[in-house]
Amino acid sequence: MATSVQPTKPWKPSIRERANDVVIFLISIISSFVVVAMTPMKGKLAYFAIFFISYAFLTSIFKATQRGSAAAKDALVNSLVAIGTIVTVIPAASILATVLKKGLPGISFGLFTHDMGLATPTDPLSNGGLLHAITGTLTLVVIALILSVPIGISTALYLIEIKGRFTAPIRFLVQAMSGVPSIVAGLFILSAILYPITKAYSGLMGSLALTILMIPTIARTSEEVLNLIPNELREAGTALGATQWRTVAMIVLPAAKSGLITAIILGVARIAGETAPILLLTGGGDKVNPNAFNGPMGSLPYYIWKAFNAGSPEAITRAWAGLLVLVGLVLILFTSARFLGSREILK
Amino acid sequence: MNSTVKPSSLADVAHAKPAKVSVARALGTGLETRGVHAWFGKHHALSNISLDFAAGTVTALIGPSGCGKSTFIRTINRMHEFISGAAMAGEVLLDGKDIYAPGIDVTKIRLQIGMVFQKPNPFPSMTIGENVLSGLKLAQIKVHNKEELLEESLERAGLWSEVKDRLGAHGGSLSGGQQQRLCIARALAVGPQVILMDEPCSALDPGSTLRIEETIRQLSETMTIIIVTHNMQQAARVSDYTAFFLSEGGPGQMIEVAPTSEIFSRPKDQRTENYVTGRFG
Repeated sequence: MATSVQPTKPWKPSIRERANDVVIFLISIISSFVVVAMTPMKGKLAYFAIFFISYAFLTSIFKATQRGSAAAKDALVNSLVAIGTIVTVIPAASILATVLKKGLPGISFGLFTHDMGLATPTDPLSNGGLLHAITGTLTLVVIALILSVPIGISTALYLIEIKGRFTAPIRFLVQAMSGVPSIVAGLFILSAILYPITKAYSGLMGSLALTILMIPTIARTSEEVLNLIPNELREAGTALGATQWRTVAMIVLPAAKSGLITAIILGVARIAGETAPILLLTGGGDKVNPNAFNGPMGSLPYYIWKAFNAGSPEAITRAWAGLLVLVGLVLILFTSARFLGSREILK
Repeated sequence: MNSTVKPSSLADVAHAKPAKVSVARALGTGLETRGVHAWFGKHHALSNISLDFAAGTVTALIGPSGCGKSTFIRTINRMHEFISGAAMAGEVLLDGKDIYAPGIDVTKIRLQIGMVFQKPNPFPSMTIGENVLSGLKLAQIKVHNKEELLEESLERAGLWSEVKDRLGAHGGSLSGGQQQRLCIARALAVGPQVILMDEPCSALDPGSTLRIEETIRQLSETMTIIIVTHNMQQAARVSDYTAFFLSEGGPGQMIEVAPTSEIFSRPKDQRTENYVTGRFG
């Protein structure tokens, strides 16, 4: 029995089927041009819309003639889903491309080593930088993290592990809180703490508002993650003579580790670009302010806002460069979240 | 060889088992339940179970699904109370002391009465070695000879030779049967005097099942074992006593308990006979 068997993939579409797809694709493109030329519908959007409609329509008709109405519906839904994906991806890709195109000219090494203490946004690009904005944003984020991670994860633990009497109202509150506009969180800290107590801008005040915004994100994501931990593990811990706290600390939390890290990073991404509460509570500064508890402090969103307001070509380039740095920061966080999250998959 | 087993052969299996010498060093004087009832909310799941489990014996609990076997063993190490709406009545005596008495430290009870679950559940964030010793860490017990305890526990669970070179590997890297023996080793490491097993082989292949049954036989020399099983051949192979549970519409009841060979050869109750001969259930 030495006959060698070649691996094949009989489920792959044949050349004829692919040719049919290509033909339908070409017909759709041609028809979109024809329709745009012959009717009052004009513009790039019209090309796209007509192309998608005719492609979905023609594919379903073709499938209907080949395999009947069930296959036609399948093809129709497939093309609708594809359209949805493209409609989602295009704006995101377009934003990234614009930020890259306009921001890259403003990026230089000096940007990361200087602040704007001795420069104004309208100065030539070689003067000043956004060190104060990067350190400011990082300070705000770190303080917000220190405050919101313990509270957010404890909330999730209460909802999933303790399941106390207040589970339902707390879950409702957390969900409602995740819809709070950031300016409301800012005004709350302003009227509850800044006006009556500290009476001055500081990094801490901004972080407090960011904490309010961050807690619901962390709590809800952590809740989902803890919900995925199989109950058998908790039972196994309990059956070994552990108290509930030991079971949670030694079994549940380690098993949920990667998911909890994702939750935290999603929380950071939620707040890194917040502008309104920071303008209200932290103000803005042009120099690196190492004291988070007193005095205004720069931040990337504030820097971008201020540079755009200055209006000169140099200032606008500065603003785009700041945007690029901010987007890069958030992107790095998201990528590391994906990386950390996928590294240890629960068996 | 594996043709359908006739009722009589079950009794043969039970008889053919090597006579076990009752070991005096078996810890404690065994376990006893008196009039145990269990409820889930309004649903009365278990009625009036009184059973003696002598030290150093294996008792199999058999019966159709939903007859309260698992509920019963979960009342024995106080895991039943974790289900919301759960309630119970009666006494569970370990060495003559009621484990439901006020002032009892429930975590100490679970150290003395260990449990092995239906599905192997090694802790995913721990290595094989850490899994075995996890009970000590969880219950904050200090031991000096960790290495010895690790080897002894794995040896008793019949897993040592297979894993001794990869104690640092993740528990999830083992096969299903090995994982279950790892869970048995984990339960043994805290030194319980009773082990409850809730269908420990139902998720395993025949080979792994055999290994676990050998392990149970060896363990029964030093401890009391209660095993829930749907596999009557397994009950016949491993147990000294068998209790038949049945729910006839109402709460689950214990119909009959006797030495295993008797249950399979001369059951007193017609319903037991119907069940063990496969005419019911």
